[in-house]
Amino acid sequence: MSATLTGSAGFLAKFETLQGRLPGDSNMRAAAAAAFRAAGLPGGTQHQRRLESWKYTSLRPVAEARFAPDAPPRHEVETILSGLALLDAPRLVFVDGAYRADLSQPPAIGFASFAEQAEMGTLTWPDREPMVALNTMLASDGASLHVSADQDGGVVQLVSLATRDIDIHPRHCIRLDPGAQLTLLEVSAGQGTYLLNTVAEFHVAEGARLTHVRLQDEASTAFHVSTAYANVAKGGTYDSFTLNIGGRLSRTEVHAELAGVGAVVHLNAAQLLDRTQHGDFTTVIRHVAPNCTSRQTVKNVLSDRSRGVFQGRIEVARDAQKTDGYQMNQALLLSPQAEIDAKPELEIFADDVKCSHGTTVGELDAEQIFYLRSRGVPEHEARSILVRAFLAEALDAVANETVRAWLERSVETWWARRAV
Amino acid sequence: MLDIRGLAASIVGKPILKGIDLTVPEGEVHAIMGPNGSGKSTLGYVLSGREDYEVTAGSVTFNGIDLLGMEPEQRAAAGVFLAFQAPIELPGVNNANFLRTALNALRRSRGQDELDAVQFLKLARAESKRLAMPEDMLKRNVNVGFSGGEKKRNEVLQMAILRPKLAILDETDSGLDIDALRIVADGVNALRGPDFSALVITHHQRLLDHLVPNRVHVLAHGRIVRSGGPELAKELEKSGYAGLIAEAA
Repeated sequence: MSATLTGSAGFLAKFETLQGRLPGDSNMRAAAAAAFRAAGLPGGTQHQRRLESWKYTSLRPVAEARFAPDAPPRHEVETILSGLALLDAPRLVFVDGAYRADLSQPPAIGFASFAEQAEMGTLTWPDREPMVALNTMLASDGASLHVSADQDGGVVQLVSLATRDIDIHPRHCIRLDPGAQLTLLEVSAGQGTYLLNTVAEFHVAEGARLTHVRLQDEASTAFHVSTAYANVAKGGTYDSFTLNIGGRLSRTEVHAELAGVGAVVHLNAAQLLDRTQHGDFTTVIRHVAPNCTSRQTVKNVLSDRSRGVFQGRIEVARDAQKTDGYQMNQALLLSPQAEIDAKPELEIFADDVKCSHGTTVGELDAEQIFYLRSRGVPEHEARSILVRAFLAEALDAVANETVRAWLERSVETWWARRAV
Repeated sequence: MLDIRGLAASIVGKPILKGIDLTVPEGEVHAIMGPNGSGKSTLGYVLSGREDYEVTAGSVTFNGIDLLGMEPEQRAAAGVFLAFQAPIELPGVNNANFLRTALNALRRSRGQDELDAVQFLKLARAESKRLAMPEDMLKRNVNVGFSGGEKKRNEVLQMAILRPKLAILDETDSGLDIDALRIVADGVNALRGPDFSALVITHHQRLLDHLVPNRVHVLAHGRIVRSGGPELAKELEKSGYAGLIAEAA
């Protein structure tokens, strides 16, 4: 097999080579390959038909990168793993895309790896999303989790590590039966110039509750694309928080459907970016059933020449009366060269709804900095306090204190390592 | 002691202070009075190091060191404290954490051990009780949702905990009722001693009944136009500033 692959053609060639050896439905893969061949990487070539949903993020750097999936590991997995300071809880660890039982600690809930039991799921749209098509074409491993009715699955950590210049396409499927509960901590990190292109789907049945906390702490040379689909039934809750701090370029896309009466969805996030990092948080919330609630608080802290993107679309179907939707996107620009693109969209077909959204962009307040300094707090610490205060509203939404403290440590680390 | 010589300062090119000479010996409380716009608050800001004011002439030494060459946090470490006329709100910053961070930053810079959360809370609770502050003020975000009087008392609480050598109180009495005024005055009086001095900026004689100054200075058009003993404040209360300003002009 060739040593390196580059661009859409490279991915398609990889598919040709692997065809027949990949687990799961080969027809679905072939259809996905056709869709990916037609669409290509968003922004990957100059003359490409532009996708509105990729208006602010171009994957040209991904298209130009050279991946070497067969090269030997260049970095120690133990080093990367210990840097993450994972919680003392069950963990499923994937290294360069493959499940590693030796590094994992299986949970008490149902678990199967995608490699042994390929579950493509039912919520994804490979024909509309080129990166989902790419994943569907090449996915070779991932996690299928199943929490039985009324079972409390506790905390499960889903960890993806990269040790070399590789393209990884994890495929996860998480199902919560009626009344079940789970806190899923999804962590990704690594070293090298790699692409992590995850597709995950979440089925939250009646009265079930899924808390999904993500930490994206990829290598500064890495690309991170994640597309998640959640479907929440009557009285169920999908409560998510995403912290994006790593990667050269990241795109986190979430599609959440409130499908049953009284469903609740929280899509909260924080992005902390510096240098020339690009971080895109894109969400689509579909209110299909009546009396549902959706909440979004998204905070961007942008320094140096970094660029943040937030696209938040809320759709309220005709039958989704008494919908309660709230969306707030805020950016704190720590440098005059930092940039935020924000695109909120409301599409409402029901007549009795409460939907609000807002966007703010600002800098640290000079008076607040002076107030702290006049009390003896050094300037760097004063700025750190104010940045954390800005983030507090989003982080406070993480109810589990252990998890919140763990996220706060990542915020501290980010602040400590960035240039003042 | 605080020694101000020929201090001139401007903001966005507009001169506000036009040559201030003022000496506050250790252990003394001096009041600064004067009409609105005379430069009283600017003096407080310049002494504590706010960056948007430009010092164009003069010097300020505090216990022999050049105050104007120091960053705001270094001045705080040296013992300077400004009670803000309009205390700043810090949404998302817990008041107790704020106070502990400030106290520990000062202790670090003075080579003292930091206080842990338990030690600090014991101190903060005792001080807030002495100032008759509701205990939940420590749990709330800094000055957020505080009434005008609560904000002023929070400034005095910070002063009580940080124990400055020089306190500059910028109209800390404005907007306070009689009881709160007495609490603020008592808070300052409690710190009085040979190592403590204060500059009390005020419009009203009322505060000075409880917080009796050693000297009173009248600031007008960026200069001190008259200095005297505590009786000067009483005289001003009767006759106003008009005569003094005309005299100076």
